[in-house]
Amino acid sequence: MPLPSVSWSSRSGRALIVQGALLALLILAGAALWRNTQGALAARQIRSGFSFLSEPAGFDIGEGPVPYTPRDSYLVAFAAGLANTLRVSALGIVLATVLGTLIGVGRLSRNVLVRAGCTAYVEVLRNVPLVILLFGTYLVLTEFLPEATEPISLPGSAFLSKGGLHAPRPLWAAGWGAALLGLPLGGAAAWLLARWARARRARTGRGPAVGWAGLGLVLAGPVVGWLLGGAPRGLELPEPGPFGVAGGLSLTPEFLALLTGLTLSAAASIAEIVRSGLLAVSHGQAEAAGALGLRPRQTTRLVLLPQALRVIIPPLTSQFLNLTKNSSLAVAIGYPDLVSIANTAMNQNGQALECILVIMAVYLSVNLVTALLMNLYERRVALVER
Amino acid sequence: MPTPAGAAGHSELGGPRLPPERPGGAWAWARRNLFASAWSTLATVGAVSAAALVLPATVRWTLLDAVWRPDYQACRALDYRGACWGMVAEKHRLILFGRFPNAEHWRPLVATLLVVLALLVSGHPRAWRRWLLGLWATVAAAFFVLMRGGVLGLSPVGSEQWGGFPLTVLLTLAGVGASIPLGVGLALARRSGLPLLRAGARLYIELVRGVPLITVLFVATFVFPLVLPQGMPLDALGRIVLAITLFQAAYMAEVVRGGLQALPRGQLEAAESLGLGWWQTQRKVILPQALVLVIPSFVNSLLSTFMDTSLVTVVSMYDLTGALRLALGDAQWRNFFIEGYLFVGTIYLVCCFGLSRYSHWLEARLGRWARQEPSRA
Amino acid sequence: MSEPIITFRGVNKWFGKFHVLRDIDLVVGKGERIVVCGPSGSGKSTLIRCVNRLEEHQEGTIVVDGVELTEDLRSVETVRREVGMVFQQFNLFPHLTVLENVTLALLHVLELPHAEAEARARQQLERVHIGDQARKYPGQLSGGQQQRVAIARALAMQPRVMLFDEPTSALDPEMVKEVLDAMLELAQGGMTMVVVTHEMGFARSVADRVVFMDQGRILEQAPPAEFFATPRQDRTRDFLAKVLPR
Repeated sequence: MPLPSVSWSSRSGRALIVQGALLALLILAGAALWRNTQGALAARQIRSGFSFLSEPAGFDIGEGPVPYTPRDSYLVAFAAGLANTLRVSALGIVLATVLGTLIGVGRLSRNVLVRAGCTAYVEVLRNVPLVILLFGTYLVLTEFLPEATEPISLPGSAFLSKGGLHAPRPLWAAGWGAALLGLPLGGAAAWLLARWARARRARTGRGPAVGWAGLGLVLAGPVVGWLLGGAPRGLELPEPGPFGVAGGLSLTPEFLALLTGLTLSAAASIAEIVRSGLLAVSHGQAEAAGALGLRPRQTTRLVLLPQALRVIIPPLTSQFLNLTKNSSLAVAIGYPDLVSIANTAMNQNGQALECILVIMAVYLSVNLVTALLMNLYERRVALVER
Repeated sequence: MPTPAGAAGHSELGGPRLPPERPGGAWAWARRNLFASAWSTLATVGAVSAAALVLPATVRWTLLDAVWRPDYQACRALDYRGACWGMVAEKHRLILFGRFPNAEHWRPLVATLLVVLALLVSGHPRAWRRWLLGLWATVAAAFFVLMRGGVLGLSPVGSEQWGGFPLTVLLTLAGVGASIPLGVGLALARRSGLPLLRAGARLYIELVRGVPLITVLFVATFVFPLVLPQGMPLDALGRIVLAITLFQAAYMAEVVRGGLQALPRGQLEAAESLGLGWWQTQRKVILPQALVLVIPSFVNSLLSTFMDTSLVTVVSMYDLTGALRLALGDAQWRNFFIEGYLFVGTIYLVCCFGLSRYSHWLEARLGRWARQEPSRA
Repeated sequence: MSEPIITFRGVNKWFGKFHVLRDIDLVVGKGERIVVCGPSGSGKSTLIRCVNRLEEHQEGTIVVDGVELTEDLRSVETVRREVGMVFQQFNLFPHLTVLENVTLALLHVLELPHAEAEARARQQLERVHIGDQARKYPGQLSGGQQQRVAIARALAMQPRVMLFDEPTSALDPEMVKEVLDAMLELAQGGMTMVVVTHEMGFARSVADRVVFMDQGRILEQAPPAEFFATPRQDRTRDFLAKVLPR
């Protein structure tokens, strides 16, 4: 193999020289920054490295699914923060998708009032910063609600106060295990039913519509499991007491404010995505389907929706990632997500560089996984062109 | 057997008629738009009754029962039955200008007005000429002279005292303005023929777009002081502007790349066949067209950066949002935070709504321009 | 003349205030081949789109195979099963394969068993000489091939009438012939056809009758020989002078 000539007059040679110079420049700049950092760290007597992760964190975390005490290590603290990030993001994604889809479809409604209302929602929510929304919601929750010692009583033994929302929580019993087991069984039964109906339709042309029956089976599975497991009905009820409401399922005002803010603002963006996806399918498609004798509902299900979804899903995914990234605004109202925890940690031990690297690594991995899944999906549904 | 030829007996009829009258204008309209189906009727009834419930109370609260004077006792006496716009009346200077010395508030006011004026002038495509750069250089210089002072007999005001709306405007325009050349560079690098350059640009863009803005602000506040050379004259504001620029550049690069991809390949081939080099091709042929195409997207970036700057309050800058929180630090007026947030929220809403309308208008206009171009040439 | 299958009587239609169809009277007999021509904007497309109620008329009656088109959705459904349509822009479903495009309505409208639907679809694809492309997606085919798939898709429903709305206008010149050939074969098979087209050669060789429209009215209708040789109206002569090769 002939070596590429390293001369400025040949195209490949020029490319080689430019890239070599670029690499050298990058290395030099990196080295300079590294020396600066070492000097600054030494001057401020901050140590470096990730060994701190295994040391006790020492600070408290208000809430979260991960059991954590201040004696646990920084690593556990970060994990607790990540769990909180995922908890609020996942719930926000579900709620925002439902709300956003309704509003997006509403913007195309033939009813003027519905259309105007949905348009107004989108225009306002897209043009007000999320931070304003978060602070506003949080202040409403913490300023206007009564003290935790005198909560508002909601139907179903739930309580709302400055301490957040407290609701009954089912006590764990073997029957709940059976109910959980019932869910996949019900799902499997629904799948078998759908398969049977499809086969029958293929054979005879007519098959029973099994959509509702299938949904019924999926729901019946857990119910039957619960009944067979002895129908446990033990609930842990929240109790108002002299020190506030105790027991039951508790959602803090920080969590509620963050969830509300994220959901409301993401719903506006999702509504726009859904609307433009629906509009993207050309009118000719609906006409062709109609001319073939398909009914409006069949046209929507078989022709319009499959095409609209291809347009909707990629931007929807990036909206989901946005919501997850925006959940880092938790730090503004003190919900202990990953970024808040890292912020606390770096204020405590001064290792800002390492803490920020942890945040970045986590967010980048979340992005990477999502991007991989999206690529798989897009390869599967891409419209084949010449 | 077909009908006899020329049997179209109506051909001698007169001109077109108007459509037959449809029954009752308003009623027909209502039937189509409000009561087209059972669901539609239900929605109409629901919407009207909700409005009947909410609207009168809202009007009473915001207008009829509101207190407009900065009179704390009167606001307290309201017991939240009406809005206390007195809070805004009392604190509007703090909210709008942050901690800038009170006696000097005319300076940020004039500085901001100059910028807004320059923005309005730049809005029309007819102003997109070389002199616009000169205008902006002058306006930027005037802005900094007015804000910083220390010359022309103006008392010096440190950047840590800047705040409120001028700071929001400054962060937005400086961040977006500086990110444009960076973003163009990154976009070109990402499409360059040099693998190392391409990979580097791609890595940077993906990395930055993958993390929340707040981490970048943390980097500016906590990491820049460690990493950057000790002697570098960069205060907290400068570091934040740098961070917003670096963050926005990654997004800008994708915007510009969209414009580059929208250009037909023929442009590149035509330029190369004329013997233009790579730089000349990009500078004279590709970029001018691509950049015009993405101007509406630039406006959208401006809009989202404008809203994103509200995040700097987390790292203790007193932009519009931060200044509001400063104002709410006053325990006396704190109870009327809703009025404060409505005031600030409305400022954001009006600015952003205006920008997004403008972006739509521009898109339609440029679309027409792009379509007309072949016939003009 | 043979038993009528499409009857327009005193049909008027407006788009807003624009009078797009004016006092249309037209009878199409069973097995007849009609070519509708006229300058653009004369209402030709609107006319045939009224036949399967893609457009609604506001005055007059349209009867298709004994069913009058009214607001009643069932009458529309019945008529649409009897009437196949081919569009200028093909309107194939891009997310389905060629075969699935053809079987979709067989499965969901006629509710045929899967195997039968597929057999019928393949037969129709063979008929327009495109059977070997069944597994491809519309995006992978040329314009002419796509239009032939669209014809097969409509034919598979075994319609009694076929409507063609400028079927060759969106095609590259070298593909026009393959589509016209498919339509010619169809005509030779005795199908009732109403074709909106500017292909005067096709009109001359295939049509039983040429209908000329201008400004929403039917100005003239005659067998092609007569229509091309001795047009009666000035407007028709103008039009023919523009579209016929001299």
